[in-house]
Amino acid sequence: MDRHYDVIVIGAGAAGLTAGIYLARARMRTLIVDHGTVGGQMILTYQVANYPGVENASGAEIVATMRRQAESFGARVLAHSEVQRIDLAGDVKTVEVEDEGTFTATAVILATGGVPRMLGLPSEAAFKGRGISFCATCDGDFFEGKDIVVIGGGNSALEEAVSLTKYATSVTVVHEFDHFQAQPWAVDEARANPKIRFLMEQDVREFVGGESLEAVVVAHKRTGEITRIPAEGAFLFIGYVPNTAWLKDHVALNGRGEIVTDESLRTDVAGVFAAGDARAKRYRQITTAVADGTIAALAAVEHVASRAKGAGEKPAGKEPAASPITSSEASPAAPGKARDHSRLLRLPRARASRASVS
Amino acid sequence: MLHTNLKHIETVGEFKELLDSGAKAAIVCGRMGPMCIPVYGIMEALRDKYPDVRFFDMEFDSPVGMATIRSLPETRGFNGLPFTVYLRDGKVVAATSSIQTKQQVKEILDTRLADGSAAVAG
Ligand SMILES: Cc1cc2nc3c(=O)[nH]c(=O)nc-3n(C[C@H](O)[C@H](O)[C@H](O)COP(=O)(O)OP(=O)(O)OC[C@H]3O[C@@H](n4cnc5c(N)ncnc54)[C@H](O)[C@@H]3O)c2cc1C
Repeated sequence: MDRHYDVIVIGAGAAGLTAGIYLARARMRTLIVDHGTVGGQMILTYQVANYPGVENASGAEIVATMRRQAESFGARVLAHSEVQRIDLAGDVKTVEVEDEGTFTATAVILATGGVPRMLGLPSEAAFKGRGISFCATCDGDFFEGKDIVVIGGGNSALEEAVSLTKYATSVTVVHEFDHFQAQPWAVDEARANPKIRFLMEQDVREFVGGESLEAVVVAHKRTGEITRIPAEGAFLFIGYVPNTAWLKDHVALNGRGEIVTDESLRTDVAGVFAAGDARAKRYRQITTAVADGTIAALAAVEHVASRAKGAGEKPAGKEPAASPITSSEASPAAPGKARDHSRLLRLPRARASRASVS
Repeated sequence: MLHTNLKHIETVGEFKELLDSGAKAAIVCGRMGPMCIPVYGIMEALRDKYPDVRFFDMEFDSPVGMATIRSLPETRGFNGLPFTVYLRDGKVVAATSSIQTKQQVKEILDTRLADGSAAVAG
């Protein structure tokens, strides 16, 4: 197996696979490494109805096509391969992969996406698959004629609450705020459904039961009033968090743990780019991940070409004033010096906030 | 029809034969859905690393699924796809419900199916 690549892409979701297609097509030697299943969140999507040019397809079908495209142009894809160590600082980047050894590259694209947010309660793990679920389409039919709870207040939560009324006798939507983050149409549809009731401003305290879930205990955020909701199922749709904790010593992250980039999706480390849900941006969709993958790949191609010529391109934040950096406030670090992330923590909220619309 | 590269268990006889053989085995019982596909992928990826373990899948909605894995005492109370069971010495030594990580699967293979480990259901 080749040990040196022009570009290594970490993450094989929509962003990583798209980057792979563009890189390989530009004749870059390309390795895509994913510690899980190829496809990332797209695999979790039963039906994608808003990917232009594809009228209706499952996420898995789109993934299979993207992977085929990337491989047909020559990208190598390693799935279920844990990245154990990275060194991104120098001109030659190092990526150590479990059971595969160490690879080097001139550029790295970080496309590690997001993971579902968890409540972090010990009882949450205990009842996973025994009442707690993250996929209404997968597990909805287990709850035929039963009372269930949906936790969350975004589009996914409300849309899935409505779809779960096909099976459940009642659906209680539990949300932490006094208003929903979902689009008005999703809120209206849920409110119009007679099987759905709402408990707002609630903290989930505990999941209780024996062999399987029997109730969800919540507390009102202001009054502290405890409510025990009898439920055999609880579906969690409380958003996604960027998969970047492991990168905090390597590239600049903002206060939400999102990778900070400039318009060319360069991070604050030369030769390191970020794409998709893992980076700071407003909208998180397959289309935006694909766009990111394209931009990061083209920027990486430029970086590799400039390295080959002996010139170096500048990391994010080193642009001349005439070329404004609109989506980054990264402060570049001098090699070997600790990065000052304090400015990043003051990123305007609107710019860094997440909006995952499913 | 499960579109995986795993061997399918399609009859109750095949399941019984496997159980009775005492072989070490992992069976993922699911559909072609978002929570199941990653677990099939993990098993495919681990197959070469655990040559002494046999890896299978089984269709959740098939008669064999209903008559075997879905009826086991070890999967009572499960309501997250896929149901994954691990066999050894003619017994179910571990069972999980819902999506798992590669690390979680490896942990079971390295403990419950490892030579020298006790065959205890759980
Ligand atoms: C249930 C659901 C439904 C959705 N529906 C839609 C929809 O209908 N339309 C739409 O446009 N969008 C939808 N979205 C959002 C969309 O799927 C995402 O925005 C998009 O797929 C993100 O792509 P990504 O490549 O940035 O990240 P991801 O898809 O998260 O991929 C990141 C990849 O990186 C890998 N990875 C992470 N960390 C590491 C590491 N340390 N080492 C190696 N690999 C790593 C992961 O395993 C993963 O495969 C939905 C999301 C969900 C969860």
